[in-house]
Amino acid sequence: MIERVETGDGRIVRIAGPVVGASGLDNARLHDVVYVGEVGLVGEIIQISSEQATIQVYEDTSGIRIGERIQNTGAPLQARLGPGLLGQVYDGLQRPLEVLAEKTGDFIRRGLAASPLSEDIYWEFKPRACIGSYLSPGSVLGIVTESHTLEHAIMVPPGKGGRLVDINSGKFKLNDVVAVIDLQSNHKVDHFEVTLCQSWPVRTPRPVQARLAPREPLITGTRVIDTLFPVARGGSAIIPGGFGTGKTVVEHCLARWADADVVVYIGCGERGNEMTEVLEEFPILEDPRTGEPLMARTVLIANTSNMPVAAREASIYTGITIAEYYRDMGYQVLVLADSTSRWGEALREISGRLEEMPGEEGYPAYLAARLAEFYERSGKVVCLGSQEDETQAAAEPDVRTGSLTLVGAVSPPGGDFSEPMTQNSMRVVGTFWALDYELSRRRHFPAINWTRSYSLYETQDWYNQNVGSDWFERVRSASSLLQREAELLEIVQLVGPDALAESERAVLAVARMLREDFLQQSAYHEVDRYCPIEKAYWMLTIIMDFYQYVQKALGLEVPLPKVMDMPEVGEIARLKELPTEQAEMNIQELSKRIQHRFAEFGIQE
Amino acid sequence: MLETIPRPSLITKEYRTVTQIKGPLIFVERISDVAYNEIVAITGPDGLTRPGQVLEVNRQTCMVRIFLGTAGLDLNQTRVRFTGDVARLDVALSMLGRVLDGSGAPIDGGPAIIPERSLDISGLPINPSVRTHPSEFIQTGVAAIDGLNTLTRGQKLPIFSGAGLPANELAAQIASQAKVLGSDSGVSEPFAVVFAAIGITHREAAFFMDQFRASEAMDRSVLFINLADDPTIERILTPRAALTAAEYLAFTHDRHVLVILTDMTNYCEALREVSAASEEVPGRRGYPGYMYTDLASLYERAGRIRGKRGSLTQLVILTMPDDDITHPIPDLTGYITEGQIVLSRDMHRKGIYPPIDVLPSLSRLMNAAIGARKTRADHRAIANQLYALYAEGRDLRRLVAIIGEAALSSEDHQVLEFAERFEKTFVGQGMQEYQIKETLDLAWNLLSIMPAAILKRVPQEFIEQYYHPDT
Repeated sequence: MIERVETGDGRIVRIAGPVVGASGLDNARLHDVVYVGEVGLVGEIIQISSEQATIQVYEDTSGIRIGERIQNTGAPLQARLGPGLLGQVYDGLQRPLEVLAEKTGDFIRRGLAASPLSEDIYWEFKPRACIGSYLSPGSVLGIVTESHTLEHAIMVPPGKGGRLVDINSGKFKLNDVVAVIDLQSNHKVDHFEVTLCQSWPVRTPRPVQARLAPREPLITGTRVIDTLFPVARGGSAIIPGGFGTGKTVVEHCLARWADADVVVYIGCGERGNEMTEVLEEFPILEDPRTGEPLMARTVLIANTSNMPVAAREASIYTGITIAEYYRDMGYQVLVLADSTSRWGEALREISGRLEEMPGEEGYPAYLAARLAEFYERSGKVVCLGSQEDETQAAAEPDVRTGSLTLVGAVSPPGGDFSEPMTQNSMRVVGTFWALDYELSRRRHFPAINWTRSYSLYETQDWYNQNVGSDWFERVRSASSLLQREAELLEIVQLVGPDALAESERAVLAVARMLREDFLQQSAYHEVDRYCPIEKAYWMLTIIMDFYQYVQKALGLEVPLPKVMDMPEVGEIARLKELPTEQAEMNIQELSKRIQHRFAEFGIQE
Repeated sequence: MLETIPRPSLITKEYRTVTQIKGPLIFVERISDVAYNEIVAITGPDGLTRPGQVLEVNRQTCMVRIFLGTAGLDLNQTRVRFTGDVARLDVALSMLGRVLDGSGAPIDGGPAIIPERSLDISGLPINPSVRTHPSEFIQTGVAAIDGLNTLTRGQKLPIFSGAGLPANELAAQIASQAKVLGSDSGVSEPFAVVFAAIGITHREAAFFMDQFRASEAMDRSVLFINLADDPTIERILTPRAALTAAEYLAFTHDRHVLVILTDMTNYCEALREVSAASEEVPGRRGYPGYMYTDLASLYERAGRIRGKRGSLTQLVILTMPDDDITHPIPDLTGYITEGQIVLSRDMHRKGIYPPIDVLPSLSRLMNAAIGARKTRADHRAIANQLYALYAEGRDLRRLVAIIGEAALSSEDHQVLEFAERFEKTFVGQGMQEYQIKETLDLAWNLLSIMPAAILKRVPQEFIEQYYHPDT
């Protein structure tokens, strides 16, 4: 944590939208938070020169006058971290929106302050560390049960390691002292009191012990992602797509069904009504893994498009800091940012007001660096303080690992991926889900284009060991079938379907099954919206087996229409709507019947 | 109306220190105690007072944009008075039935509006945690909208038009036909229309007025009129004033308000003009980089609020320059609004009214507003099926253009035939008004010319209930 420095008050000398110039802020440091004007708007220092400090203000500056006072808090923008974060709805500065609504009604007014976490709730604290032991930064002091399924670890804040001299169990409020640590520095002993919450500057990544290679997929329940383009736990992905291609629906599906302990959803400059959908639905929908309401594992950051621009810029940092905090406890965390383009635009607007030399398309030249910094906050890690000292390690030899997976939506103007936000993001992320206007126009959802998308994560081993030993083989033959279809369709466009050989028509027919019966998935269908990985595997297997049969049948000169007309083809199409419990049995039974059908043509396995 | 007269204040300073006049902007020097976004009254040598707004201010200078044009201003005699207040609109329930100018002053010859409140026209953002999800079906009587791109209360839905396409006709038709089903329970829910004309022609404005008078909708409407020959920069105020009136009617007087903004392209041009004059770094096609945020501050004022009976629904019309949907104006709009209705020049040429191209059209809030108890259980399935078949038909049309009709299978021929009929009878319904039941039955008539086996998107139960091939 950063020490506060006393600084003098300043005066406003310039106002241009969200950018304010101040004089007289002595000793101000970059990124200090300030209160602007008599109403006390929250702002942050983003440039300093000898005469003037430049401040970006997180609230509307209308009516603010030249000469009004500016107070420096002497500290950077920080997130408050502690039990009670889950289930909350915050704005970009971590102000709880429900509390604001109680204070000022239906519309958000300026200059409001509210504590992010409730300070009145009592939490049951169960110590896990012994008095006298040496605790390194990040070590777990004890546990608070935050929800039915999540144990919230109270950790030694980074940079505060020392010998534990006191620890208590029982019920505590957020700011009550639960433990005391003797910090040891230069033979001087300092008592450090640990409460249930800590603060962390949002623009600084929280430290970790070590980084691990992400190799394990994050199972999302969306077939096209889980099979063709998985994102690893601790990896990062972007979903670029023009409007109406279904970015938000994909993000919502991930937020609902992804296999994560904690989900942080950042609505950054997007629609208010979409946030409402999440707010109304998540308390009711059940998490398929735990049976608890989805809201119990979710933190929402809602900075809609009509809320102040600069707070949009801060919102993604606030969100990711909260996510890192849960990662440090050893959880699998998923961060969804919708949309990073709005964050980029906020950056562009502020940069324009600062009269900086613009880079590409008016974006500042440091856009690429900011994006890289942001996406690199994802990762699979050994958590700080997870290797305790020797005595502790003997008793409880655990290495805490956590992961932070980051998925950002990108809204390229005109759906054109050559623009700077998409291009700069692509360079740093491992998975690319290209949403395709053509597919969405055909109502093929999710409209993830299988020829343009990619995943760089090496997750095959995990799939082969945990789902099916021939997983990778199946996926590879499915993608080459789709690739072959794309080539053939070009020919059809030129010369018509008559020019194709029977075997090529078979490719088109089965690829169509793959597209319509497997890749297409309804986000709104009661069953189909979440597809467990095993079911996806069986579905893929039956279609690819079918293709092998078809090839053999054509070898025996069975006409293609005769094969494609068998009633089992229609049954394959309806597999996705089959409840998961019955799916395995039904699919095996169906695959036997298909085998019989082909046996009638004289084909053996 | 916009307050150009300062509220009572002990000190009202007047300056004669204008140093530069440039397009819609003036620069005033040696000022003190000026607030950002403050409203300014500028009196030229001609004695006329024009309202303006502070765009940027530092210790010595401030930049002011003039809403009603800078013609006739000079450096020596022009007087500038700072009002100490932001732009406000006087609002009252008695605004219903009135015609106002682009900044809110009556132009219908009637008396001044006696204000109940005076509100900041920039409005405040609705707290996302108090919004309720729009889920009430609005029947517009237009099959292509009700059936495939349903409008809901609290939604913002734009019509992407092209020059010469009948977007205004469609908007007027929707405004006079729109109703919420289930409101026939005896209690009629109070409904109001707020219409903002932004830089439209006299002819277009006259058309709307006639329509409103003919449908007796005038008494429940407020009209804000900025015409093509009115000052450009006033267009920045017009939608804000209209939305402020609409919010007041919706959330204070419990009205279900439909706001029609036409034509947002003119608004964006005005924004670009100011941005260029103040030498800002331009974004795409010269529009300012903050245009997304600026448009969002208008569109996001639609919605419903928990515990309030009224609602604010927006129908926004914009003209796509050169019919280009990737142009920044439709592009940024599409990223903010909950879907879009796209008009097609090809269909207009074929004489189809309304010429709605359903393929790129979309309503994001449709799913919440349709189905059993709201419209009918088969609605979603029908919409999917119509859409899929029509999309296939359009693909086949392209194929036919290349390789000729002879190469098609008989199923393909049926799909082609379907696409033709769909355009002519379903989309091209003309000026008639369809109840939602009629819309869905019409869809089944069309689907029944197809073999049942093709209708993969409709569950079997609905096929059994509604499919009738013989009739």
